[in-house]
Parts: sequence; structure tokens; C-alpha cells
Amino acid sequence: MSRKFIAAAVGAALSLAGYARADGIDDPRRADYFKTFAGKTIAFVPVTMGIDLTEGWAAVMKSQADRLGMKLEIRDPHFSADAGAQAITSLIAEKPDVLVVHNPDVQSYAKLLKRAEEAGIHVVQINMRSNYNSDVYVGADWIGIGEAEAQGAIDKCGAGTSQKVAVLQGQPTSGSDSGMMKGVENALAKHPDIKLVANLAGEWDATKAHSIVSTVIQQNPDLCAVIGFWDVMDLGAAAAIKESGKKIALVTSGGGEQMACDNVEKGVFDKEIAYQVMDQGRDLNDMIATVLESGLPAGKLKAVVYSPQLIISKDTLRPGLCWSASALKK
Amino acid sequence: MKPPGLYENQAVKLMLARVKNLALNQERIVLLGAAALFCVFAVFLKGFLNPSNLVTLVRGVSTLGILGVAMAIVVIGQGVDLAVVATYAMSAAWALHLAGQGASVPAALLLGFLFALSVGLINGVLIAYFELPALFATLGMASFVYGFARYALVPLVVVYMPASANEIGWIGGGFVFGAPTPILFFALIALLGFIFLRFTKQGRFVYAIGDNFAAARNSGAPVRPIIVLQYALSASIAFVAGMITATSVSSMNTNVVNSSLIYDVILVVVLGGIGLSGGRGGIRNVIVGTLLIGILLNGMTIMNIQYTMQNVIRSLILLAAIVLDSVINPRDEQTAQQGDI
Repeated sequence: MSRKFIAAAVGAALSLAGYARADGIDDPRRADYFKTFAGKTIAFVPVTMGIDLTEGWAAVMKSQADRLGMKLEIRDPHFSADAGAQAITSLIAEKPDVLVVHNPDVQSYAKLLKRAEEAGIHVVQINMRSNYNSDVYVGADWIGIGEAEAQGAIDKCGAGTSQKVAVLQGQPTSGSDSGMMKGVENALAKHPDIKLVANLAGEWDATKAHSIVSTVIQQNPDLCAVIGFWDVMDLGAAAAIKESGKKIALVTSGGGEQMACDNVEKGVFDKEIAYQVMDQGRDLNDMIATVLESGLPAGKLKAVVYSPQLIISKDTLRPGLCWSASALKK
Repeated sequence: MKPPGLYENQAVKLMLARVKNLALNQERIVLLGAAALFCVFAVFLKGFLNPSNLVTLVRGVSTLGILGVAMAIVVIGQGVDLAVVATYAMSAAWALHLAGQGASVPAALLLGFLFALSVGLINGVLIAYFELPALFATLGMASFVYGFARYALVPLVVVYMPASANEIGWIGGGFVFGAPTPILFFALIALLGFIFLRFTKQGRFVYAIGDNFAAARNSGAPVRPIIVLQYALSASIAFVAGMITATSVSSMNTNVVNSSLIYDVILVVVLGGIGLSGGRGGIRNVIVGTLLIGILLNGMTIMNIQYTMQNVIRSLILLAAIVLDSVINPRDEQTAQQGDI
């Protein structure tokens, strides 16, 4: 091997190494990516702030907005559909780039959301949909959750029990409850031996849930299970069951907040079919980014992102399964 | 010589007087209505008459009844406390929140109580010394209490009871001799309210002020301190009711401030026959009004009637009771009082 060749080989190797060390490869899409988002405005109209779900979504959206130089505006109508409709109406005039809406029921905002998309605002609906299908729905697959909840009750109420179950809805006209009820009906249709002895609504309020479930238990002392539609409200159902001193199963659903894990551990809830709020926030962020990046006009995309079900029961319980709303406040 | 027929005339007069004594006033109408509903439900609804259902029935409205007692003490003095529900929700929610943040339970309870008490005292001072109309002072106070507490004291709409507070779970979720504690608290507070209004000097002054404020003052009653006392009592009772609800369902939903609960409380009071014009009625009226609402709610839940429909039926029955009262006891210059709403 000649000296010359060795020198050339060493030189080549050195220059290669030098090349690798000095020059990174630019991502041609990166600058565009950040440019797409800088200065954009996201508006969020929840049913109310101050509950685990909306605080969770808002926190996750806020972190992305901050990272990408977007503005997140929250208009809190505080459980008032009127105030919410007003907020959306004024937002249509203000023209944010994306409007994230948490509908109180399937009807109230439907026309407004259509108007918003006609005005060129991308509308993302979170967890509670309206009758109008906008660009994106991110949220729980309510029919699936209803089926899973009913199945949880059916598992507890096999032959040898009274096979009587009660349903405790929140607000029957909401997107969540109409879906869950359909799911419960689907599951019960396959089990004609299970008897649905009561189907009442507690208006998302634990105190109302308490008095409803106590009365249902009085009427049906051999009740086997209660299927509740929201864990925060179902605490009232749980208190009624505890006071009755009877062994009645309680299956619930909710956002998988720490309260749910604590109560499953204590045996207050037998099972919660949860939609993980932090993951939903992530889905929201991805879909907000997608509609903005796609360049599509508002109202064209029509995408649905169902959140995976998270089953919280004594069998699945582990540290870190739930998230903490109070930690978000810190 | 006596004209013929005099004795008959006297007998007729006597009878008329008796009938007048038995005249149906609001309280009796509501009591009869409650009894009628009770009988109808007892006959037609399976399980309604079951003793444990009757306990559930009273338990379901015991918080409403306790708040009714608080409201009655104020209304009899010709006032109104629209802040009673805000005080009820926010003081208890703050106490739970403090306990959740690591405060000791007695300290949390004490602070919650002091919060409620100061709301009552401010209300009383505004009304007695600054002479604001009770309607506006307490309406403003209700928004302020809710807004301030949500902003500065309680970060979430629904506050859960922390595990450290399990030791006070008996307040709303316990049993004494088989009776749920909320019913016993209702009975106790009703009894204390009755003793206060009927047998204490201050209680009698409340009636005097409600009946005729100027006359009460001219005859030397300490009207301003008594008014402050009324609102302080009402707020303190509201705190007790709040802790009963909170410990009963292991949480406090502060959104109850924006619900129709405050109207239900006023309804229980007015329906039972305590006039908003003051000076009339007592704790018995609150109990009658509460029972009517309780029977209605319980029966409708047994009949599986949806909550929204329940609201419609409830309001119709209440309207009917009030219409019936105004037909049987029409208002005229003599019976109407200034301040009637």
C-alpha cells in the first residue's frame, strides 16, 4: 500500500468526519411549521371552567399555544347556554382561527357553529358534540362508553341476583347522555333478563343524584346496580347506596381524575369507564394543529377522534393511572 | 219581649264565627294539599307508604327545610336573605377546600363558619345601619360571595371532601337510632328556631319589627341590632346546612348558587304561609311547606318522571296553591300590607 494512498484515505476520512461534525441537515418544513401557528388565536368556549375536564383541556391547550406563539382565549359561560351562545356570536365577529366548543346539549349551538364555519373559523367540538358536524370532533365515544358501563353492570348482576339496574343520567339532551343511553340500550338488548327499573336524570348534581337514588333504592330494595353517567354527580348516588347499607354496584364514567381512582380504591365506585382528559387535550392540540396546517377552508375536514376507553377498577388500579386537577392549578 | 228567631240568629252568628276561625289560610291549604297528595300517592304508588321511604322523603328535603328556617327568621322580620344559598355553598366549599389543602378539620370548620358569619354580619349592617333595602343588599351580597369565593378561596366548581375529613362524615351521612342525621339536624334547628322566635325577647322583637318597624322602634325595641342578629343567624344556619350537604355527598357543588335553590327556599317559606310582608307565621309554616315539596319530589321520582318535567309539575302545583289562597283570602286595603310582593 503506497504512502500516497494512505494519506488520501486518511484525508478522505477526516473530511467526511469534518462534514458530519460541521453541518446539520435543515428540515425544510420546520420554518413553515412555526410560521403557520405564530400569532394565531384559539378560542375555547367550555360549558364551564372550574371542573376537572375543562381545566384539564385548557391547561394542555395553553401549553401548546404558549409553545407555538398562539393565543388561547377562554370565554367561560358558567353553565349558561345563553351566555355561551353570546360568547360564540361575538367570537364569530372577532374571527379567531380555531374555535373549540364544549356543547351543553346537541341543539343550543348547532346553528352558531355552522355560522362560525361559514365565516371561516375552524370549529373543533370537544367531548360533547352538537347536531352540527364541524371540522373536528374530539372526545369520548359515548355509545361505546354506555355499552361498557352497561356491560360492567351486567357482569355484576348475573343469575342469582335480582338483575335490576337503574340508570342515572345527567342531562338527557346532552351529546354525552344521548349517546351513553343508546349504548346502554344496545347492551341491555342483548341481555333481556336484565331489568331497567329506573331511568332518571340528576342534572349533573350530586345532591339531586343522592335523593333520586335513595328513592329508587326504597322502591327497589333488591336493586343490583346503578349505571351513572358522570362520576362527579355519582358521588351522590354512592352516598345514597352507602346509607342504604346494601351491596349495590355502581358503575360510572368520567374524566379519570384522581378523585375517580381514590373512589375506586375505596370501593365507592366499582368501575369507571374513563376518557383520559390529558390525552384528550393532546388530541385537541393535534387536531388544532392539523386544521391550521392543512390549509383547508373551514368545514371541509370532518374528522372524528374518539378517545380510547380507560377502565378504572380494582384490577387496573396503579399509581399514575389518574391525573390530578388540583396539581394543574399549581 | 224577645223578637222571635233571636236565638237562631245568635246560633247562626256563632257558627259563622267558627267557620271564620276555620277559614282556610295559606298554611291550611298547603297542609290539606300535602295531605291529599300524600293520600293519593299512598294509594297509587307501591312502596310510598313504606316507613323507610318516608324517612327518605324527609331526608331529601331536610337541607331545604333548614335553609327555610334561616329564611323564615329573616322574612318574619320583613327582610329577605337572597345570599343564604351563596353562603351555604361557598362557606362549606371553602371549609372542604381548606381541609383538602392540609388544614386541620376543626380549623377548616371554624374558618368556614367565620366566613359565613361575616357575610351575615355585613348583610345585617348594610340593612340595619346603612338602611339598604334587604332585597338589593342581599342580592348584591349573593353575587359578591359567590364571585369572591370562586376567585380567591375555592378554585374549582366542585370541591371534594378530602380523606382527612372522614371523621366529620357523620354530619350528613350518619345515623342516630336509625334516623339519618340530616333529619335530626332539621328537627334540632327547627326546634331552636321555634324557641328563638316564640320564647326569647329578641325573637318577639323580630315579629314586632316585621309587623310594624316604626312602632317597634318607637316602643324602644333595639331594632338595628335585632336586624343584624337575624342575618347573622340566617348565615350561621346556612353554614350548618352547607356542611350537611357537603358531608352527605362527599363534595360541594358551588354551582348550586346559580340554580333555582334560592327560589325553592323562598317558596318553602311563602308556601307554608309566612307572608313576605313580615310579622306573620312561624317555624310550623316552614315544616308544612317543606313537607309538601318533599312529598311531591319523592312521589314523582317513584313515578320515574324526568327531572325537567318534575320542575314543571312542581311549579304548577305551587302556582295553584298561591292562586287558591288569593281566591279564598282576597287582598283588600285591610289585609294588604305595605311591602307585600
